[in-house]
Formats: sequence, structure tokens, C-alpha cells
Amino acid sequence: MIPKHLHYAETHEWADIEEDAVTVGITHFAQEQLGDLTFIDLPAVGKDVRQGEEVGSVESVKAASEIYSPVTGTVLEVNTALEESPQLANEDPYVKGWFFKVKLSEEPTGLLDSEAYAALVVSQAH
Amino acid sequence: MENLKTTPLRDWHMAHGAKMVPFAGWDMPVQYPTGIMAEHKQTRENAAIFDICHMGEFLLSGPGAKDALAAVVTHNLETLAPGRCRYGFLPNERGGVIDDLIVYCLAQDSFLLVVNGAREDIDFTWIKGRIPASLHFENVSAATGKIDVQGPKSLEAVQAVLGRSCDHLKYFSFEQTTFQGAPLIVSRTGYTGELGFELYLPWDRVQGVWEMLAAHPAVAPAGLGARDTLRLEMGYPLYGQDLDEEHTPAEAGYGAMLTSPASHTAKDQVLTVRERLVALHIPGRRSARHYDRVFSATGQGVGQDVGLITSGSFSPTLGHSIALAYVRADAAEAEDFVVRAAKAELAAKRVDLPFFQGGSARMKLQQA
Repeated sequence: MIPKHLHYAETHEWADIEEDAVTVGITHFAQEQLGDLTFIDLPAVGKDVRQGEEVGSVESVKAASEIYSPVTGTVLEVNTALEESPQLANEDPYVKGWFFKVKLSEEPTGLLDSEAYAALVVSQAH
Repeated sequence: MENLKTTPLRDWHMAHGAKMVPFAGWDMPVQYPTGIMAEHKQTRENAAIFDICHMGEFLLSGPGAKDALAAVVTHNLETLAPGRCRYGFLPNERGGVIDDLIVYCLAQDSFLLVVNGAREDIDFTWIKGRIPASLHFENVSAATGKIDVQGPKSLEAVQAVLGRSCDHLKYFSFEQTTFQGAPLIVSRTGYTGELGFELYLPWDRVQGVWEMLAAHPAVAPAGLGARDTLRLEMGYPLYGQDLDEEHTPAEAGYGAMLTSPASHTAKDQVLTVRERLVALHIPGRRSARHYDRVFSATGQGVGQDVGLITSGSFSPTLGHSIALAYVRADAAEAEDFVVRAAKAELAAKRVDLPFFQGGSARMKLQQA
């Protein structure tokens, strides 16, 4: 449940870093901890975001949590399907459940690879 | 987790992947791997079983038990015949709610009281100190298990497992029987708004009956998470959020059911209304949460802080957010409010309860 080709923030967002844009979402572990998602608040298209900055939030029946951007740049596109179907982020967190895409303005630093993120998850799971 | 109490089903819950949480001093399943939304839907469309062994049960009997009980609870016991049960309150001397409870009339001068787990000791001590010592009053919570079977298909599941018909039971009536040699109460009541039955049985019989119910094709287990969204869609109050010692039954919306002719504790004060519990329809998917503040949105007092959210959630059946809030009585008649939630201000419209109108709880089971 931790794809090898992605990068991860300690706050449980993933980043798929490609040449023209970075796709961002929350991890399988994050969605499992939150439970059934009922609302996802995404940043506006065009917004400049900084790595580590709070850019949105997610709510489940029982919990709420902040979303932090794992990269610095400009929001190019958001996944509008999540507005009516936030459960996509539960069902398919790495593909259909993506949150937003960013055009990088700085190289991200300190993101975890899949192995380091797997170790983090083990340390936080109870 | 410090010394959480466990029900006879804890190992079963763990083996079935439940997420366990502390609730009212108990280690309870909040959800199974299916998730709250699926468990909620299961209850509305099929049938779900809930482990409710954490709730408290007291027996009260002896000559004069009815009059003694009528002096401490708001229930009208004059019209409560054996085989019937009724919802009501245990008021404090200021008319606030010590607990909400269901009183079962087992026989003349013999009652079963079903109380919230978190209030069990407080309730027992309160009542004990206000009834004659000659009465038999016993806390049987530790020996009494409770399984709720709820949903439009609960009747067929309960009948199949118990091997007896239950379709003669009317809403808020019950029957004392036996199952496999042990005592059993089958009560047509519940906390979901759906057709359903609450089963009271000895602690050591819970697991066997639970497993038989779980094996029925119409049934799946559901946790406290779904129980909470189901009850909120009906507007049923939860003690500790929508009911407390600072608010009266009338403020919670139950003034019209305070028909007891007995002179009970705080008889006049239970009718006091300073605030009203109002039902709020919030159009989006974002939830208001307990402790969010409520503001007037119209009229002279626009922008004034007039209340507090006591329960709030996304409604799985309705597809938008719903909430209950205590609002100052002089502001509670308005239609529009604003809730200041953690991340946003939410427009809210006052509506009548229940939020969800389609429940099967009162379904007629037999042709008259």
C-alpha cells in the first residue's frame, strides 16, 4: 500500500514528482486512520503554496485533519471529483483519489522515499 | 488506556478487525473494516447488530415500587402497563438531566431501568437515596448483556435466530421469555429510527446469540460510529452532548411528554426553558462539531453569539451536514444561523426533527 515511485511527507501526503507537474494526495495509511471521508477542502487553482504549508483539510465522520503541501509551487489543477465523492480518496488514494497538481517553483527537500515512509507508518501504527 | 471495562464481545470485535475506542469507560468498537458509512447504510437498508453491553440495568421491585419510582423520574408510570416501556429522564433538583433512561414495566410494582453506562453509578446512588429501603433495588449491569438488532430486516433475523415470532410486538413494547434455558427480554426499541429489537440477556450468553445473529445473511455488525450518525439523523439526544445536568428535558424538546401525574423531583423546574435544542440543516458536506459556537444570522441580533453545537456530523443518508445546538430561547425561533466551525463559517437553517423521515421504527408488523 506504499507505492515505490512516490515521495512522502511526514504528515502523510504523497507526491508524484514528474517533469511538468507534481500530483499530490494523502496516503493509504492516512485515509485508513481518518475513516470514511465526508469532506475535502482543496486549495484554489492558481494559489502559490509552500512546502509544509497548510493548504486544505479533510473531514471524516469522526475526525478532521489538515492537508499540508509536500512541495512548493503553484496549484495547476484540483480533483473536483472529490467535492461530491470524497470517498474516492478512501477507495483509491493513489490514483482516482488525488488531491491537486502543482507546478514546482523549488525543488522539494526532505521528502521520504517509500522505505522511509513505511518505517514511519510502522512507528505510528498501533 | 487505564482499566477500560470490556464486554463479552471484545475478542470477537478484535478478531473481526474492529477499531476499538474508549467510550464511557469501556473498550468499544467504533467501526469494523467496512466503515461507518457502510454500517450506517446496512442499518437503514438491511440489519445491523450493535454491542451495547456497556449500558446499565437496574431492577426495582416491591410493594410501592411504582410510586417510589414515579417520585424520581419524569416517566408517566400510571399509563405504563406490564409489557410496555417508556423513554424519559432522571432529573436533578434544578430540573437538569442526570440521565435519560428507558423504564420497562415488568409487572405491577416491578421495573427494569436501562441507563447510560457512563452514568450508571451516579444514577444508582441518586435513586437509592430517594426510595424506601424496603424496596428491592439492584444494579444488575454486570450480569446483563445487551445486543441491539436494528434495520428493516431485523425482524426476520431475530425471528430466525430465536425461533419465535416477534411480529406481535408494538413499538416500545417487549416480552420476557427464555432462550436456550436462559432469561431473555426482547424489546421493540432502538436508537436508530429503524425497525429494531433490543435483546437483554445474561452476560455469558451474549457471545452465542451474537454469533448466531452475525451468521444471518441480512445482518452485519456495526459500531458506535454508525450508531451515532443513525441516532443523529433521527435527532435522538446523546447524554453528555445534547443532554446534561445544566439543561432541562423541556429545553431538550421533550416538554410535551412530561405528563407524569406524580409529584417527582423538580416537577416544575423540568419545564424551565432558557435555551432550546434546535435542529440545524447545514447544506454542505463540512461538519459542525461539538463546542462550535452558533450565531444569529437574521433580525436585530444578527451576529450575536446565541448558542453551542452539541452534536454535528455529515449525514450519510441525506448527503449533507446536520447538527443539534442549544440556542438561547429568545433567538431559537429564527430560521437562519451561522455556525463558526474550525475552518469555516457554515450557514445553517433550523428544521424540524427528525432530519431523516424515512425510518422503519414504527412500521406496522401485523394487520390489526
